[in-house]
Amino acid sequence: MITPPSSAGLFSYVLGLADDALVSAQRLGWWISRAPQLEEDLALANIGLDQLGQARTLLTYAGEVEGAGRTEDDLAYLRDEREFRNVWLVERAQTDFGVAMARLLLFSAWQSELYAALAAGSDPTLAAIAGKAVKEVAYHLDHAAHWVVRLGDGTEESHARMQAALETEWPYVDELFGPVEGAVVDPAVLRPAVLTTVEAVLAEATLSVPQVARARGGGRHGLHTEELGYLLAEMQHLHRSHPGATW
Amino acid sequence: MTNSVKDWPLWEVFVRSRRGLSHVHVGSLHAPDAEMALRNARDVYTRRQEGVSLWVVPSAQIVASEAGQRESFFDPAADKVYRHPTFYDVPEGVEHL
Repeated sequence: MITPPSSAGLFSYVLGLADDALVSAQRLGWWISRAPQLEEDLALANIGLDQLGQARTLLTYAGEVEGAGRTEDDLAYLRDEREFRNVWLVERAQTDFGVAMARLLLFSAWQSELYAALAAGSDPTLAAIAGKAVKEVAYHLDHAAHWVVRLGDGTEESHARMQAALETEWPYVDELFGPVEGAVVDPAVLRPAVLTTVEAVLAEATLSVPQVARARGGGRHGLHTEELGYLLAEMQHLHRSHPGATW
Repeated sequence: MTNSVKDWPLWEVFVRSRRGLSHVHVGSLHAPDAEMALRNARDVYTRRQEGVSLWVVPSAQIVASEAGQRESFFDPAADKVYRHPTFYDVPEGVEHL
């Protein structure tokens, strides 16, 4: 059992999970109008919007835990790069469809286990948020797995590109399981189940588990790659230029 | 079907809006295979809670009546009023007859 975290620790932990979902959603949004077919445009938009919904409830909760009166918008749009707590897996550009599917496979396999654990965990608000999200994420995982299998076990060309995409994303897996302040669910305990899920998909896809060095990481401490800054500039521009703008 | 990898085959989509009703044709979509067609159908046609069950059928498998046969196929039914079940009362409370 983990002892109940302090509110500062819990704030940081919830913020990390919220930022993972928020940044991933923003990256998926890039695919709208760029996916191989209109049907896939919609699928990726739906998945991104599911993640955005998760981010909103998590950010709102983080704001409540912090107790400084910050809303979901304040947290999403008015924090700078160093205040974001997302992992590196989600923040880098993903302009290759294979990379996008490899990342979605890894991210949704991790989110599945995370949300299942949170749903049964000690924090009632996180349990409620996770309980709703777990069904959404099951579909994200299913979608990514189907594509990874089709591309991996497809043509020679698609197999090579899917394997390369996997090699690109694999260095960022470790950071998902690193220790974090205020954790309600110890990230390390999720590793076996996540890897079992992913490896089963890779086996069906005739892909091999990459043997690559892990990336440095540091997102949970506010250290990011250069690419997050560009993403935030685009995501936050409207709100910062027109504070309080609504539809 | 087609040799081009860019052109995925077309599928017809049927949605059952709730238990007790039939699946109704709602449109079509492209997908590389049946499993993806089902998932695409879920994303394209049931994002606003339109249904509880989905069918997808390869469009090429649908045998359709031809427009040129419309007169011989359908017009003869026009004056057969005795075929309509209008000569008895429908019990109250029966919704889906």
